[in-house]
Amino acid sequence: MDRIPILKLGDVLLVTIQVDMHDELASALEEDLTQRIVAVGARGVLIDISALEIVDSFMGRMLDNIAAVSRILDADTVVVGMRPAVAITLVELGLSLHGVKTALDVDKGLALIAGSARHAWRNTIVADDEDGAYGE
Amino acid sequence: MSDILEIRSSEDVVRVRQRVRAVAVEAGLSLVDQTKIVTAASELARNTLDYGGGGTVRIDLVAGPRRGVRLQFEDQGPGIADIAAALRDGFTTGGGLGLGLGGAKRLSSEFAIDSTPGQGTRVTIARFK
Repeated sequence: MDRIPILKLGDVLLVTIQVDMHDELASALEEDLTQRIVAVGARGVLIDISALEIVDSFMGRMLDNIAAVSRILDADTVVVGMRPAVAITLVELGLSLHGVKTALDVDKGLALIAGSARHAWRNTIVADDEDGAYGE
Repeated sequence: MSDILEIRSSEDVVRVRQRVRAVAVEAGLSLVDQTKIVTAASELARNTLDYGGGGTVRIDLVAGPRRGVRLQFEDQGPGIADIAAALRDGFTTGGGLGLGLGGAKRLSSEFAIDSTPGQGTRVTIARFK
């Protein structure tokens, strides 16, 4: 079966969806991404959907699932490049993608991931200070 | 002009989306309207496959003063016992999000559903310019 390629850019995984996905392909991507996040210790997942002409409830659920699973695995998911017509249609369909972070393009998406990684790091430092006796 | 496509696999669902897009472009629908009818078609085609056990869609370009696209999905599956419940967001018997039928209705300018338990389901939608 076809697979959607997953590229590694530092500690970020980049997926560019360029085909009109059938459901099995979408499910395979969800599985592959989950395994790669763990395998490479990814801090972020960037999914570029600028080539997608529609996102229906199945694909929307896939994006939501990827975001939820990656959060549990300590990685941030950002969906970038959603077309305006797709966004309008998604909302009317009733899918608001609550759990998914979005950015307008890949650059902004990467900045979002880098920003939240810095934020997490800062929080770790603060936590270590307060908790000096047990610090590493 | 009328096209009938089989819906037997998830690749067929993709083919339905592509064919509906082509007809929507031909009808002169705006990009947003094209996106809405293609998304609605995707939801209904998946329902036909997952709940109806497969079926067909008839795709018509509506000519005349109000140009548009009309789609008729048909299956000989188990049918829907409670249509009102099936139209409610979040209602699902198959583990989906339960947005398919209600969502497709919201995305269409015209929506009709006819279902007989044990005999099958027919859903007709249209989107006009």
